[in-house]
Amino acid sequence: MYTFSNKLRLSAFVLMIVGVLGLGYGFLAAPGTVEEAKAMVADARHGGGHAEAATHDAHGTHDEEHAAHDASHDEHLLHQLQNKPWAALYVAAFFFMMIPLGVLAFYAIQRVSQAGWSPLLFRVMEGITAYLLPGAVLVFVILVLSGVHMNHLFVWMDPEVVAHDELIQGKSGYLNVPFFLIRAAIYIAGWVAYRHFSRKFSIAQDTADDNSYFKRNFKISAGFLVFFLVSESMMSWDWIMSVDPHWFSTLFGWYVFASMFVSGITVIALVTIYLKSRGYLEEVNNSHIHDLAKFMFGISIFWTYLWFSQFMLIWYSNIPEEVTYFVTRIEDYKLPFFGMVVLNFVFPLLVLMNSDYKRLNWFVVMTGIVILIGHYIDIYNMIMPATVGDQWFIGIGEIGGVLFFLGLFIFVVFSALTKAPLVPKRNPFIEESKHFHY
Amino acid sequence: MSNKVIQAIYTDDDVLLAAVKKVKAAHHHIDEIYTPFPVHGLDKAMGLAPTRIAIASFLYGCVGLTVATLMMNYIMIEDWPQDIGGKPSFSYLENMPAFVPIMFELTVFFAAHLMVITFYLRSKLWPFKKAENPDVRTTDDHFLMEVAVSGNEEELSAFLQETGAVEVKVSEKH
Repeated sequence: MYTFSNKLRLSAFVLMIVGVLGLGYGFLAAPGTVEEAKAMVADARHGGGHAEAATHDAHGTHDEEHAAHDASHDEHLLHQLQNKPWAALYVAAFFFMMIPLGVLAFYAIQRVSQAGWSPLLFRVMEGITAYLLPGAVLVFVILVLSGVHMNHLFVWMDPEVVAHDELIQGKSGYLNVPFFLIRAAIYIAGWVAYRHFSRKFSIAQDTADDNSYFKRNFKISAGFLVFFLVSESMMSWDWIMSVDPHWFSTLFGWYVFASMFVSGITVIALVTIYLKSRGYLEEVNNSHIHDLAKFMFGISIFWTYLWFSQFMLIWYSNIPEEVTYFVTRIEDYKLPFFGMVVLNFVFPLLVLMNSDYKRLNWFVVMTGIVILIGHYIDIYNMIMPATVGDQWFIGIGEIGGVLFFLGLFIFVVFSALTKAPLVPKRNPFIEESKHFHY
Repeated sequence: MSNKVIQAIYTDDDVLLAAVKKVKAAHHHIDEIYTPFPVHGLDKAMGLAPTRIAIASFLYGCVGLTVATLMMNYIMIEDWPQDIGGKPSFSYLENMPAFVPIMFELTVFFAAHLMVITFYLRSKLWPFKKAENPDVRTTDDHFLMEVAVSGNEEELSAFLQETGAVEVKVSEKH
């Protein structure tokens, strides 16, 4: 049995408290009025302000038009700045929710494919997926708060915007708040139900005298994978793609999936290495780590393949209604947009290519941290351009969001790990897994 | 120094592996082992150095990437930067997404083909090459270990017989 070390528990609480303070600061620092928003931007662009004033003067002949335009521009700016703390919260909440979801998909695949190497890691995966329920509920709460107009994360939820926007009106059969929340509840219920029962059967198998629980787990895992494929795709349209309601992409669901899958596998590797370094999981050898690192390597490349396929097809054809998505990202988010390709592709490609390096714990941990940072930025790049536009910054609010959810994640995951033995007992493949050698 | 080798023939890969370990422990030099299929762990038991073909392949891939980049940069950007359907041919970077499929394919092409050719060269394989198996049964269901004779021939034969060989014969080195 695993015991949650006091040190780790304390650091989890410290992370949560610091995170809450950071998020709170973010909300307090958000402007309440147009004047405050303008003052903030003027402060931030101390030097640039003059140049802007000069260009405004040049257009002095269209005074009236200009004033109307300025007012709508200012309101837009206010909305962007007010969105900042919300978007910081949402990006972090979604990022940490997608990790257990990716792990859950990986876990179901391991069960369905009857992999011989991974049963030793099932309890680690089950521990990580314990965060799915609280994590998904927090995301759901943020979605509900958006639905009751506490923020402007989703422009299609604003009736005033919809009234003047025929494109969104045409999509309102799908994009309306009640249906949106019902769908979200169905996805979460499906995922959490599978997680609950597979965990239950997995523990029941430890004391069973036949393999019936193992077989039931096999069946529900296969069923879950079918549900997951559909629900994950729709979830990515709902929760992420709909922040840009004018834009659509067909491989978006896969792309989000690749991001969550590689983050999930990375977290499995990190938690496994941590537990092993503490003297739990003695039977895990460097071949298990090597296998996880291979998955990190392969899925990182898969993510890049999807990222590039989406980017290149839109860049190549350059259709105005699609390409704005990347135009805003390349103009306003150059460093995060291309930086994440370096973090998520070039770095793992070069570092994890060597078979010997994949067996070294510190190599896997280092690459894992880079991959996780890269995928946080990936989610950041999906949400921020539509919600805060060029007002983005990775500041106290954003870091606070990450720290809060990181603390909560650590607390929930490591609490769950204490609740069951770390090695499954009567799994038919457990012996093979203990002697796994590559 | 005689050119003689002793050929011990086995019929089971587990017996062969155990025999290899015994022969290594007794400090006899194994010249060569012929098997009909890959025996897992044989290279380790024999103490063969790991292959470096993956490193060679990585370097070939780098060559392929370089060739693709230099070729397209010369053709599309430097030699005749035409406007083809509005694609920005001003610099390589600006038009790079369009080149990536070729960069990728040439990297894989060079890495794969040059690695295979390296493999053929290093293992001396080519069409019309004379086959080198000392006993035709080694391509079907027998395993053959060749041990160089140094010192007492009788003793070595007896030793190999004990390791589970079904047949031990002395032959001139071919």
